[in-house]
Amino acid sequence: MDNKDIKKGMRKRKAVQFGFGLLQNAYIKGFLDKSIYSGRLKKLCVPGLNCHSCPGALGACPIGGLQSLFDGRRRQTGFYVLGWLAMAGILAGRFVCGWLCLFGLIQELLYMIPVPKITVPEKADRKLRYLKYVILALFVVVLPLAYRGGSGSGVPFFCKYICPAGTLEAGVPLVLLWDGMRGAVGGLFLWKSTLLVLTLAASMMIYRPFCRYICPLGAFYALFQKISFTRLALDKSRCIDCGRCTAVCKMGVNVTHDPNSAECIRCGECVSACPEKALHFGYDGRVRPADGEA
Amino acid sequence: MKKAALKYVIFVAAALMVMYGMVNGEPETVAQKATKVCLECIGIG
Repeated sequence: MDNKDIKKGMRKRKAVQFGFGLLQNAYIKGFLDKSIYSGRLKKLCVPGLNCHSCPGALGACPIGGLQSLFDGRRRQTGFYVLGWLAMAGILAGRFVCGWLCLFGLIQELLYMIPVPKITVPEKADRKLRYLKYVILALFVVVLPLAYRGGSGSGVPFFCKYICPAGTLEAGVPLVLLWDGMRGAVGGLFLWKSTLLVLTLAASMMIYRPFCRYICPLGAFYALFQKISFTRLALDKSRCIDCGRCTAVCKMGVNVTHDPNSAECIRCGECVSACPEKALHFGYDGRVRPADGEA
Repeated sequence: MKKAALKYVIFVAAALMVMYGMVNGEPETVAQKATKVCLECIGIG
């Protein structure tokens, strides 16, 4: 396979990312009427990170939804969202990150801007990758469960203090669209805007930095990466150790060493890059029989 | 437990969790939060 195959695969993935991003934010009326969708679809969580306060959002954000269920005033478990995420994770691991997440697409588009790129030193990169698990445990689970606000209500710590997707998809549009919202802007919005600018700037130089180091949803899906139904299979009898798969991987995965790494977003670029067709996605990570075999 | 069996167990457990959540009224709670502008979520409240 050559660069043409890689580009063809990338175009296909971009089309899916764009299509799904538009589909889950298709409530155009929200932008026109300065409102948000309040229909029955909001009971469903979208698989990727997509703020439900975005005027166009048709579904709920799973991370926002999970934190709302951890509000101590209601005796609810969060099982509805956790179960839904576990189903998506066990089916295909971090496939959602690579194909269905709008904020992932935004970071990828920013990385296409021709500015000098940064390679995070391996040692620092390895340590920083654990940060997303800490954020998942602390800001999405422990703090929302343990802390109560003044009225006894839970606080969505991740959304409130970290999530740049919420600021970009909902905060900024709402502040621009609604005069009343502009008057309410304060220190917290300044903090969140700073995080957003830093994330967007970093995305121009580092491939998907938020997904690598911060995203709690990616951290959750990563837990299923090695046991999911669909996994990347490496046929060692075909592999010629040319290293092309690892060279094209922008997430820094050593594909031949660990094809189902927790960092892999299953974009499939390594599959397209392999000149020997030694890599493919398959049920249970099983190697496809060679041509002519049963 | 074998890896192959584990994923089926997780899938069934996840489906049961979703069903339990539905019976417990969790989709309504999610919708309740998601149908109002969450000022905290967007960095205003």
